[in-house]
Amino acid sequence: MTEQAAGEPDFDVIVVGAGPAGSVTATLLARQGLSVVLVERGDTPGAKNLSGGVLYGRVLDEVFPGFVDQAPVERRITRHVTTFLTADSSVAIDYAGGPLAAPVNAVTVLRARFDPWLAERAEEAGAFLMPGVRVDSLLTEPGPGASPRVVGVRAGDDELRARVVVAADGVNSFLARSIGLRPKPPEHHLAVGVKAVVGLPRRVIEDRFGVTGDEGAAHAIVGDCTLGIGGGAFLYTNTESLSIGVVLRLDDLVRSGRTAVEVFEHCLAHPGLAPYLRDGEVLEYGSHLVAEGGLGMVGQVVGDGLVVVGEAAGLTINSGLTVRGMDLAIGSAVAAARGVGEAVAAGDTSATGLAAYRRHLDESFVMQDLRTYAKAPAFLERGRMYGAYGELAAGLFHDVFSLDGSPRRHLAATAWRAVRRSPVTIGQLMSDGWAGVRAL
Amino acid sequence: MGGGARAVNPQTTAERLGHNRFVLDEAESHIEIDQEVCRRTGTGKRLVAVCPAGVYSELEDGTILAEYAACLECGTCLAVASPGALRWHYPRGGFGVGFREG
Ligand SMILES: Cc1cc2nc3c(=O)[nH]c(=O)nc-3n(C[C@H](O)[C@H](O)[C@H](O)COP(=O)(O)OP(=O)(O)OC[C@H]3O[C@@H](n4cnc5c(N)ncnc54)[C@H](O)[C@@H]3O)c2cc1C
Ligand code: SF4
Repeated sequence: MTEQAAGEPDFDVIVVGAGPAGSVTATLLARQGLSVVLVERGDTPGAKNLSGGVLYGRVLDEVFPGFVDQAPVERRITRHVTTFLTADSSVAIDYAGGPLAAPVNAVTVLRARFDPWLAERAEEAGAFLMPGVRVDSLLTEPGPGASPRVVGVRAGDDELRARVVVAADGVNSFLARSIGLRPKPPEHHLAVGVKAVVGLPRRVIEDRFGVTGDEGAAHAIVGDCTLGIGGGAFLYTNTESLSIGVVLRLDDLVRSGRTAVEVFEHCLAHPGLAPYLRDGEVLEYGSHLVAEGGLGMVGQVVGDGLVVVGEAAGLTINSGLTVRGMDLAIGSAVAAARGVGEAVAAGDTSATGLAAYRRHLDESFVMQDLRTYAKAPAFLERGRMYGAYGELAAGLFHDVFSLDGSPRRHLAATAWRAVRRSPVTIGQLMSDGWAGVRAL
Repeated sequence: MGGGARAVNPQTTAERLGHNRFVLDEAESHIEIDQEVCRRTGTGKRLVAVCPAGVYSELEDGTILAEYAACLECGTCLAVASPGALRWHYPRGGFGVGFREG
């Protein structure tokens, strides 16, 4: 090849990673008529991907109207249960209702089935899917700015060139890290998710979780299920299986001296959860990191010739009771496709031209929600959230429901009595309560 | 509330992993340990503790072994490793774990 031919782009855009962020970016860019290749290291999209599985679907519905009726989704969530566990008791808040069902607010998905559907939509729009290919590094040239200009990717002996590379490579974000665009996150900004998919007959699931037909339940659990380690557990219903897992903040896990496996097994056997799982068969066991830094982790998302989308850009929200990443990944994909499209059309794919992505992202629900929850990570680092409050709630309900012959007190008096007997001080309660109101 | 026997089967990590699909890359391991740095920085114990697949184990003399075939590719080990103690990258395209559920 001549020097010049080697420098010519093979595609307008290379998207690395066929998760929700990558497949939606590729779809929307292909719809604009750009030539797009979507490179995925798994032998099929989704083969490497795992989540808890509750997808808040509004933004995806804008990209693929009516997707819940076409895509392989599991159940439509009509019931959100929040449970505080101690070693031997549980207090739950159960929110069920029609407003959650119509229009569909959230669905459960299993990623090995859902991600292939998304990647097919990208192919249908005209993107070229390359599965089973790991991108090893970014191709760079000295650029105008401090960091090099990205001109393509290297995979094995092959080099692919493009005007823009979209790093949709997920939480480890190796591509953006490799050129110094993003730092390695500190341990308190990461959590490890450990999950099993547990098979149970449809009818058993519906009876145990109080749902019928294609309705489903999402249980978020905090307290003793993680042995007090920052994080929580989730128990979500699929059509014929349950997704059960723990999310453990890495700094706290290391400090605790426990193993991730030990905590996961403790959770599976917990008397507050075991009745839901009884007689289930593990169909699959997996783990994945979760970005937990919230707004503080977003940082740089644009370089010369490069944009970073989805969890590779740290876009997740952990409110303590829900992990949201898929909808934010899709939201960032919508912003990136607009910004990249404008930059390519204007013939300027430098960081300055691609800054249009950042502007669209800042205006979108993604950054608005991240700003709303900006204080959540620091609030959730308060250790009491994971142990003492479960005991407080359990103590309160014990006093309310155990009719031991003593005269009933007014609920407020009962509550104060529970606080005084719990490991939480009134000062802590008020401080956490106020911080929680502002953070969540 | 009733406690007692475990609710789901199977019950060990090795058995649970047995239900997963893996394509083993016989030619190369994607995990390399620098024993010296590991020992000096205490990284070994952290690797053993955090890995959900039980990939790492520690011998009596402190040497860390890595059974890379069972790796779930989460990257947690790399996140807690001190600089220089661990070289970890994704397996080559098409190799490694292949989730059927996810
Ligand atoms: C335990 C757990 C529970 C969660 N629960 C929820 C939940 O209930 N709801 C929710 O919305 N979010 C949840 N999340 C978060 C959510 O899974 C992520 O935020 C989301 O998957 C991010 O999408 P993405 O497209 O950015 O990245 P990913 O889905 O991680 O996709 C990245 C893709 O890039 C590919 N790739 C990576 N590197 C390369 C390379 N070098 N070459 C080629 N391909 C590459 C990967 O194989 C993968 O397909 C959870 C996460 C975990 C771990
Ligand atoms: S990537 Fe995850 S599963 Fe693999 S060795 Fe590291 S911690 Fe264990």
